[in-house]
Amino acid sequence: MNSGMTIIVKTVTRITVWMILLYGIYIILHGHLTPGGGFAGGVVLALALLNVLLAYGRSYTFQWLRLPWLEHVESASALLYLVVGLLGILWGGTFFYNFISKGSLYHLLSAGTLPILNIIIGLKVALSLFLVVWVLAEARTSKGDAA
Amino acid sequence: MPIELWLNFLFVLMIIGSIVALELKDVLSSIIAIGVVGLGVSISFLLLQAPDLAIVQFLFEIFCVVILIQAFIHKSHHQMESSRSNRWLTAATILTAILLFIGCLPLFKVLPPFGKPLMSTAQYYLDHGAEQTGAANLVSSIVLDYRGYDTFGEVTILFTAILGTFTILRKTAKAKHHGGQHE
Repeated sequence: MNSGMTIIVKTVTRITVWMILLYGIYIILHGHLTPGGGFAGGVVLALALLNVLLAYGRSYTFQWLRLPWLEHVESASALLYLVVGLLGILWGGTFFYNFISKGSLYHLLSAGTLPILNIIIGLKVALSLFLVVWVLAEARTSKGDAA
Repeated sequence: MPIELWLNFLFVLMIIGSIVALELKDVLSSIIAIGVVGLGVSISFLLLQAPDLAIVQFLFEIFCVVILIQAFIHKSHHQMESSRSNRWLTAATILTAILLFIGCLPLFKVLPPFGKPLMSTAQYYLDHGAEQTGAANLVSSIVLDYRGYDTFGEVTILFTAILGTFTILRKTAKAKHHGGQHE
């Protein structure tokens, strides 16, 4: 799995992974308008990254994504969710108060804090699911080396 | 065709899929049979007009199948252990299950009809959700606004689960890697 799959798979992945990422970002950003949201879009993003991992192998993905940095983002996103909730206390008086103006219905920039929370959850779900697969792959290959 | 008929058909398909997954000796076929169950759940959510749940269930099913295949790719067969259950114990279990079912039959009459929930909270969300939160997607407004605290709990659970996975798997990977090239 270190060197990845054939050149056909790599070429197809190189083209399609951006479309899958774009679709995931679309689902996350339109979470307050259409079905979907942070969880669904996050899984789409995780599957796109997983696609790269399967097609290109571990060492390439490690360099491409700068994984230690991703781990920090993953840990920070849980904290960011809490920060948004605490900002609600600051401005509205209650935990998770919707302190930004709600805007008009059906617009992309509406619903106050909901898009922000959706983005944070999407980031969190995408990175954590991908990192679980990453750690599983790492444990497996090192076990294979030892055997 | 009414929707209940389709749902019954899907449930029978899912039960068959899970039995097949248990009985097959080939692990890869077993994982794909488990996938049938998850996709059946996803389609039933879609039939019950819950696209949010259907999307999440569908994607997570794909994710689970990928993880399971990755975890079991080196194990082509699993050993079938001979059944150790006592014949009398099996008979007693089946008898108890039948008696429980018969005992619960009067309860089915008390249950509300399909699609008519007892809780009236949902009606409040349907009436006031859009104007109070400004979100067109009602599910999103409930998950992130009315129930934002619950979602915070979910995020914490996810974080803790990932932390546990890292702690266990990283340690074994590092120990077997003999100070490998990464980190």
